Amino acid sequence: MSGERFRPARDRRRRVGAIFRMVCLVSIGFSMLVLAILLVDVARDGLHWLSWDFLARYPSRIPERAGIKSAILGSLWMMGLTAAISFPLGVGAAIYLEEYAPRNWLTRLLQTNIGNLAGVPSIVYGILGLAIFVRFFGFGRSLLAGAATLALLVLPVVIVASQEALKAVPSSLREASYGLGATKWQTIRHHVLPMALPGILTGMILSLSRAIGETAPLIMIGALTFIAFSPTSPMDPFTVLPIQIFNWTSKPQAEFHDLAAGAIIVLLVVLLVMNTGAILLRNKFQKRF
Amino acid sequence: MATKDLRDRSGDAPDIALETRALSVYYGESAAVNDISLTIPRNRVVAFIGPSGCGKSTFLRCFNRMNDLIPAARVEGEVLFRGTNLYAHDVDAVEVRRRIGMVFQKPNPFPKTIYENIAFGLRINGFQGKLDEQVEHSLRSAALWDEVKDRLQESALELSGGQQQRLCIARALAIEPEILLMDEPASALDPIATGKIEDLIRDLREDYTIVIVTHNMQQAARVSDYTAFLYLGELIEYGDTDRLFTNPREERTEQYITGRFG
Repeated sequence: MSGERFRPARDRRRRVGAIFRMVCLVSIGFSMLVLAILLVDVARDGLHWLSWDFLARYPSRIPERAGIKSAILGSLWMMGLTAAISFPLGVGAAIYLEEYAPRNWLTRLLQTNIGNLAGVPSIVYGILGLAIFVRFFGFGRSLLAGAATLALLVLPVVIVASQEALKAVPSSLREASYGLGATKWQTIRHHVLPMALPGILTGMILSLSRAIGETAPLIMIGALTFIAFSPTSPMDPFTVLPIQIFNWTSKPQAEFHDLAAGAIIVLLVVLLVMNTGAILLRNKFQKRF
Repeated sequence: MATKDLRDRSGDAPDIALETRALSVYYGESAAVNDISLTIPRNRVVAFIGPSGCGKSTFLRCFNRMNDLIPAARVEGEVLFRGTNLYAHDVDAVEVRRRIGMVFQKPNPFPKTIYENIAFGLRINGFQGKLDEQVEHSLRSAALWDEVKDRLQESALELSGGQQQRLCIARALAIEPEILLMDEPASALDPIATGKIEDLIRDLREDYTIVIVTHNMQQAARVSDYTAFLYLGELIEYGDTDRLFTNPREERTEQYITGRFG
């Protein structure tokens, strides 16, 4: 038979596949390598500074006596307040956009702008926070002003993530509820929200993970770098871990650079705990059936 | 706005459960249901048959205003229930759906316990009796009680597909509707589960009016008293099931039931 009508070239197809696999492997390898170098470097500098005293002491001019108590407490306050502000606002906005808003140009315009806001540099939110929360509302240079600013910063991400979670609720579930004579509110309250909650929480935690590392907007609104007391109310002045780290790395003495490395390790641990908490929380809600 | 009380029986015709008058449904410009007028007798099973896309599901969803949920759908004409047009501006769709229950193509139990699946409809509608009794009663009506009585607190999602669908029927029956709409209730089930659903439909006819959409003609022949054949959004023929399947009056009906198209 002259002239095969197919030329399978299986070897070549497999080679292309193998090359593609290698490219993907290199991508993940490169990312992991850079991260590993960073971690090793930070650990080498900072690990020997870590102790309970380091966590329990306030900052000091003398490296041996310096600690991050006020920064840790500041960060925890900040996360709690940011979550408390951005969760109801973000989820509420997402529910409105997904469940109530008419499908018209105005909604689409809103939607596009929320997407855009997610890309605005954080320093811009800092300027906004300074003008609105610190000055106009008169919150001063307080935890509340900082948390409100960070809440604005993460709001677009919370909204979009919550919307995706709501969209993923199958229409068959809504129909089942409406079919039994449920109102829109009952359907959302009893079926749509519980089903979407794990996804919403994931988005929330990712947003907070971003917020906990934010420095620029908080410096903008006037977070202090030297706080030798524990904040006890949302109206107190504050510092947070990244600001403490930034402050220490900008000092000339090498000991402070190592202290900063120690604080970085603590920040990473806090992040890890937060993410673990998120996963546990999510699993708990998912397992409810 | 005061809404019409659908319990009002003043406009009742004793033998008619539902009646449509010149009912059309449009998706944008095109009509999915075109000018259909028919009456559905009380305590009978009426089947809608026709090829895919003929508008039978859309038509069915007019009876409990499920099409309200699709923004692009527009309904014209009337659906009369106890002399009241369900599409009148003073009729609340929430009340309509409580009176006219629905079972869907794919079993869609809530991701909650078996008990909660039934209790939900009771709670939201302000059921005054004993919850446990009504749950048991509904499960018995749907021929599911014996299979689930020891596992009411387990997830409904652990039931088989056929059991899930009977749970959905029980859930719909629990709020005591008068009419049960079924949109291809057995199309996702195996033959044994399908048989159980069909047995159930025959039993339920005693107490309810049932409107069932199916593309399984044998099923329509087995369970229904009356059959309507729809094609391209139009009602082609409607009549006694035995007569329609043995002696169709319309040529297209005959072609469809003999399997020459569709």
